Amino acid sequence: MAQSIENEDWTLVIKPRRNLLDLRLRELWQYRDLVLLFVRRDFVSVYKQTILGPFWYIIQPLLTTITFTVIFGRVAKLPTDGLPQFLFYLSGTVIWRYFDECLTKTSNTFVNNTNLFGKVYFPRMAVPVSILLSNLITFFVQFVLFLIFLAFFMLSGSPVAPNLWALLTPVLIIMMAGLGLGFGIIISSLTTKYRDLRFLVQFGVQLLMYATPVIYPASAIPAQFQTLIKLNPMTPIVETFRFAFLGAGSVHPLDLAYSFGFMIVIVLIGAVLFNRVEATFMDTV
Amino acid sequence: MATVISVENVSKAYRLGLIDARTLSNEIRVALARMRGKPNPLLKVDQEHLANREGEIIWALRDVSFKVEQGEVLGIIGRNGSGKSTLLKILSRITAPTSGTLRAKGRIASLLEVGTGFHPDLTGRENVYLNGAILGMNRDEVSRKFEEIVDFSGVETFIDTPVKRYSSGMYVRLAFSVAAHLEPEILILDEVLAVGDADFQKKCLKKMAEVAGEGRTVLFVSHNMTAVVQLCRNAVLLDNGTLIEMGQVDKVIQRYISNNTETQISINTSLSGNDQFSITDAYLLNTAGDRIQSPISGSEIRLVLEYESRDTLLNSTAMVTIYNFHNTPIAHLNSKASFGSATISAGKGKLICRIPKVPLPYTSYHVGAAITSGDRQVYHSSNILNFSVAASKFYPNSYMPPASYSLVLVENEWIFQGKNE
Repeated sequence: MAQSIENEDWTLVIKPRRNLLDLRLRELWQYRDLVLLFVRRDFVSVYKQTILGPFWYIIQPLLTTITFTVIFGRVAKLPTDGLPQFLFYLSGTVIWRYFDECLTKTSNTFVNNTNLFGKVYFPRMAVPVSILLSNLITFFVQFVLFLIFLAFFMLSGSPVAPNLWALLTPVLIIMMAGLGLGFGIIISSLTTKYRDLRFLVQFGVQLLMYATPVIYPASAIPAQFQTLIKLNPMTPIVETFRFAFLGAGSVHPLDLAYSFGFMIVIVLIGAVLFNRVEATFMDTV
Repeated sequence: MATVISVENVSKAYRLGLIDARTLSNEIRVALARMRGKPNPLLKVDQEHLANREGEIIWALRDVSFKVEQGEVLGIIGRNGSGKSTLLKILSRITAPTSGTLRAKGRIASLLEVGTGFHPDLTGRENVYLNGAILGMNRDEVSRKFEEIVDFSGVETFIDTPVKRYSSGMYVRLAFSVAAHLEPEILILDEVLAVGDADFQKKCLKKMAEVAGEGRTVLFVSHNMTAVVQLCRNAVLLDNGTLIEMGQVDKVIQRYISNNTETQISINTSLSGNDQFSITDAYLLNTAGDRIQSPISGSEIRLVLEYESRDTLLNSTAMVTIYNFHNTPIAHLNSKASFGSATISAGKGKLICRIPKVPLPYTSYHVGAAITSGDRQVYHSSNILNFSVAASKFYPNSYMPPASYSLVLVENEWIFQGKNE
């Protein structure tokens, strides 16, 4: 009897524990319309009832860049590898913001969606994936803003030199998305049990920014700390991006490969943890 | 018929003390207190008795097994805390079982709430698409049914207005409308019929019956026994996490109601008599011959009086009177109406009164009885039996008049005639 039940062609089998590596990506693909609708929802709802609307996408990085230029450039006089300060900080801000947003928003996946997750089933991974995509839209808007300023500075004869490394940009984006997603879903899985982590995240991301060459070039780091800063998987990404578009700094393919490997590992750990938590998280929240 | 859902020994345990939202600092405080042998500092004073139970396991479901055939409409009933919701949550994959396996064939859509995921800033149109996708429809499916969904909800005029400007009624109607147009092979419903005004509820009930009629499998959880009787052929009854009854809906509902009213109902409160004649037992039977304590209005029942008589009683009449809870006599049932008078034979026997269609609205009743022989009363009791009515199939639709206007239900037919006809 038990044997015959096993043999029937059930389309759904629910057991207490799933296989750790059964990430059910096909199911996620079936729900792709939902992912896109989440993206649309986030995009449409964020700036409803604001006067400037989507212009905030541009205003935010601009204000940050101006602040950085004044404080770190003019007051603290940090070096910028000889690049125009405004462009230097803008490039750092635009690229860092994508990673930052991906991480902080995905890290709230379970806590922010308790109500929804408690009432209906869909692959939970749809939420973090939709966050990556909606942040990608923001990133492109800000990236275009960066390109416009780049062109402006080039025309006015600044010493910037975009080169073929720029072709690597999509890979850099994937790496940042992966790192943000990986860290984000690990944290979101752990916050179902320990709410403390939510506060740690905001603070941690801020600290991580100072440990990444966003407001200073990697070359400004004393030799004895060079290895330390290269352990940070975001370092090669920011440095490569800057070298590709501005022509100053450095590109080390080996460091990039390290970052890429780091990203793969963190995404896998995150996915396994997330998969594990999503089955029973409603009991602990 | 093929089995489409198979629930095999499913159990779900919750650990006490793990339910509270934790922070790392609280965890450390608890650990420190435990090391020093003090009670858990997070427990409130009135929870002290729970302190020893930390880590103890509460079984919300225990070894529940059943199968659902294709096209079956299965009611799941039980008191609050009986494990209904946990079972639904496991079936709809919101949480995983602690042990046991659950198998299903075909797409499952569960409606534990209407309007899940509605975003107040989005328009009705945008929310229909979003909600549809959350419930498992893809974009094309929603587009195909969009007109129908909007029609059914009756909010056409406001479809491009953000739903936060909707009245709560409009909101619920639109939300239900999306849900009602899902086309899964298996539909799980939880009390969603309890929303909206009476008109809309009726519309929903009709829609549900339609869905069931199309041969899809429906699991329906509700406290509304009338809706359960109308929609479901079979039901399972959960109590304290275990499945205690499953089968035909009437039978299961009887069991449910008798379980719940045990404390109020005292059967045979004053069976009395003398050494010549006594009623030894009084009870109701359904058509299947099972003893019941809550007949379904509109169904057939038999009222049975078991007696013991020393002598043969000639020219006898048996009569019972049904009183409602106000002690108002509702109906007098006399054996004279069937066959004049008859003989009650000596020894043990039964007096059986068949009621082909119980015409009683929802409330509790008691029954008085009297037996006469010639012009002598040999037995009298003002209360030999209590029962209550909580479900009805008296009228073909869900209609049940308010108890304050209707002491009994009367069959009726209406015709509306215009002047020109």
